[in-house]
Amino acid sequence: MNPVLHSFLVIQGVLIGLMTLAGVLVWIERRLLAFFQDRLGPNRCGPFGFLIFVADGIKMVTKEDWIPPGADKPVFVLAPAIIVITALLGFAIIPVAPGILILDLNIGILFFLGVSSMGIYSTVLGGWASNNKYSLLGGLRMSAQMFSYEVFMGLALMGVVILSGSLNLREIVESQTGLWYVVPQFLGFLIFLFAGLAETHRLPFDMPEAESELVAGFHTEYSSMKFGMFFVGEYVGVTLISALIVTLFFGGWQGPVLPPIVWFLLKTMAFLLFFVLLRAAIPRPRFDQLLAWGWKYILPLALLNLVITGAVVLAQAN
Amino acid sequence: MSARIEEPTTPPETPALRDEDRSLIEALRETLGGETLPVQPCADEIATVWVPANAAREALRFLKHRSRPRFPMLYDLTAIDERSRSRRDGQPEADFTVLYHLMALEPLREIRIKVALKGDAPTVPTITGLWPTASWYEREVWDLFGIRFDGHPNLRRLIMPPTWEGHPLRKDHPARATEMGRYSLSEQRHIDEEEALRFKPEDWGMERQSDESDFMFLNIGPQHPGTHGVIRLVLQLDGEEIIDVVPEIGFHHRGAEKMGERQSWHTYIPYTDRVDYLSGVVNNLPYLLAVEKLAGIEVPDRAKIIRVMLCELFRISNHLVWYGTYAQDVGQMSPVFYMFNDRERLLGIIEAICGARMHPNWFRIGGVAADLPDGWDRLVRDFLDYFPPKLREYDGMVMGNGILKARTRGIGAFNTEEAVEWGVTGPALRATGLAWDLRKERPYGGYDQFEFDVPVAHKGDCYDRAVVRVEEMRQSLRIIRQCLENMPSGPYKADHSLTTPPIKDRTMLDIETLITHFLNVSWGPVIPAGEATGCVEGTKGLYSYHVISEKSTIPYRVRIRSSSFPHMQIIPFISRGHTVPDLLAIIGATDFVLADVDR
Repeated sequence: MNPVLHSFLVIQGVLIGLMTLAGVLVWIERRLLAFFQDRLGPNRCGPFGFLIFVADGIKMVTKEDWIPPGADKPVFVLAPAIIVITALLGFAIIPVAPGILILDLNIGILFFLGVSSMGIYSTVLGGWASNNKYSLLGGLRMSAQMFSYEVFMGLALMGVVILSGSLNLREIVESQTGLWYVVPQFLGFLIFLFAGLAETHRLPFDMPEAESELVAGFHTEYSSMKFGMFFVGEYVGVTLISALIVTLFFGGWQGPVLPPIVWFLLKTMAFLLFFVLLRAAIPRPRFDQLLAWGWKYILPLALLNLVITGAVVLAQAN
Repeated sequence: MSARIEEPTTPPETPALRDEDRSLIEALRETLGGETLPVQPCADEIATVWVPANAAREALRFLKHRSRPRFPMLYDLTAIDERSRSRRDGQPEADFTVLYHLMALEPLREIRIKVALKGDAPTVPTITGLWPTASWYEREVWDLFGIRFDGHPNLRRLIMPPTWEGHPLRKDHPARATEMGRYSLSEQRHIDEEEALRFKPEDWGMERQSDESDFMFLNIGPQHPGTHGVIRLVLQLDGEEIIDVVPEIGFHHRGAEKMGERQSWHTYIPYTDRVDYLSGVVNNLPYLLAVEKLAGIEVPDRAKIIRVMLCELFRISNHLVWYGTYAQDVGQMSPVFYMFNDRERLLGIIEAICGARMHPNWFRIGGVAADLPDGWDRLVRDFLDYFPPKLREYDGMVMGNGILKARTRGIGAFNTEEAVEWGVTGPALRATGLAWDLRKERPYGGYDQFEFDVPVAHKGDCYDRAVVRVEEMRQSLRIIRQCLENMPSGPYKADHSLTTPPIKDRTMLDIETLITHFLNVSWGPVIPAGEATGCVEGTKGLYSYHVISEKSTIPYRVRIRSSSFPHMQIIPFISRGHTVPDLLAIIGATDFVLADVDR
């Protein structure tokens, strides 16, 4: 096949697949939450309420698009775009299956870390530009939260990098044949999971939104599709974190019998469901507690993990 | 409409002053320089003493610090507009009366101090220096009666909007909108009203900046997902740290006390349901206890036990709402749904018995509205079997959760002395380690017949308040089981001429009963003159109704002392130095109802 056509198809496939997944995820999350909470959830629109995301989309688009009078207009408009763009960019390096990969980048992990840091600007700028005190507090919390958790996120991945000897995600997946990295890097996996949760600012780490405290945090003033963009950004972000966990620790597309892409989707979906379950189960720690846990426990653990991994690899090499 | 007729029953004897009260009043008289202090006989057992206005503060200081026993709690402070009184029975001349209700907890003793005031704009010295909790009570009295408190640090309206004209609980203030002229909201007026609500830190003696930083003033409410109703908390923030809080209440004010002065004794009962709207009939009880004291009605056993059972069902129902929203306030999404499902079962039972769910309006003067329906015991038994395992499940889910503990332990703590000082009662008081429950201290309405424990906790923080409430649900289940197993037979209404609606079995047989029945139903019962307080251990603390009767079909004055009011007032005191999320935990653990705060 023509390489240009091939990459064009892959890009379109991933993009369409992702956007659909983000939509379906809305339905899955709402139905699952309802299931966990003894209620029905959306069950009217389409079979089992499946088309609720279409209804949501129509509602979102037709709502009044409003910019508060005191807002910093260009930044206010830019902020929701950033989160969607960065979350989608992150997917460029995810190897979905052999041959289905947009960008075979040899510094894949670095690229992901850079792009995800960019995504934070979205919430911070949105919170700042809204000219609303709740938004400002939400944005502040987000910047502090990210400042801490980006560090552990990077450190947690270094164990995998040492083991595989590569920053390229495809090579990392291929090097996991026989033994998934979740076994030797269990601590790294836990830390990455923790940091990923904080990164996607979902309950229990949704302090930047914290409905009962800050109304809706950084996106209090957003309406219509701008609000929708934050939503899409959040769901794509969660999917990205799940896909990365699968890629780095659970052997990516690898698995017996079923085709690779099915394995990849199944594993990713498992983590998405886990995130939903977590949201239903756990209360929200206080903002300063989250930071304290991060610096007091997770940072030393991440460093320990790195040192031990390095030592073991060195010892084996000798 | 107020009709006075001579009803056939003789009013109950007013209880004689007890020896201990007599010696207390004698000591008070000596402290105040030997002047005679008139003692007013009331239908309840609480000694009521009239003190001259200039000696009021001295008298209260004596009672708080030096008398025997000491009365450390300012339980209530309110006023009475005396200008339309038709019978004062030897009470001192007064246009307005300020009423102080003091309480000693161990052992329970109460005393009422009344101060007679003359003139249209009377003044009395403030007692905010004696009790911090007096601040809101005095502002309320100023707001609703126009009585000034000399030396009050910030005497401004509390309940009514700042632009209101007049003092609504005065007898010459209209009670109905139709008496007040047409209301229109012009654009200018709209702007002025909004401007009047703007928070100005200087009014509260607050700085806009410190040496290091500018403070942020953040409105939590009147519309906010974390406040469970319309209240406005203005936070003075340094970053996320709370420097000070100003709660602004009154958005939910519905004039429940004023309505009492227009309703018959009987038709006022539904209004009480709606004061603490999560506790339904628990609100009926203190009002009816007061009225029944005035009328001298002894409620039959079956009615008593039915009342106890319903109150305890509502206690569980209230605590379930609190439990769920408490978890939600610290960010746990799911428990509120489980707890509302369980509450739904409870409301189903209540509906089967009373015919209504949240506001059953089911207690009556002299008993309850109807007998228990067939099969009530099966419904109650099913719930008693169903609920304990659920409570255990929730223990693990909510109370055992590490994050929830981290969020609520050590947050918003106060000790027993502070609780008493601020007028805090109920689970929040018991969470400070004091096993004090009115159902044990002075059993009312048949509670002396039941075995149950008074749960306590010791640190007095948000988590401990939760521990107490969860355990209270278990104790309520115990009480309900005892009701179920020992429900006495007999009438559900007292055989008394003032029982409302009257017992009907002989109405068609003799003319006297028919006339009494006709009058009691059309005009309503005429309750003998007098004053009485009815007090119960409600779901959130002590609820009491102080009623004054002029031997008429309507009360002269109904004072509602709610527990949410002081619980709201203490919030700034326990929030300073914490952060915004902590404030939400504190609000969640307080268990207030805005209608109960504002009445």
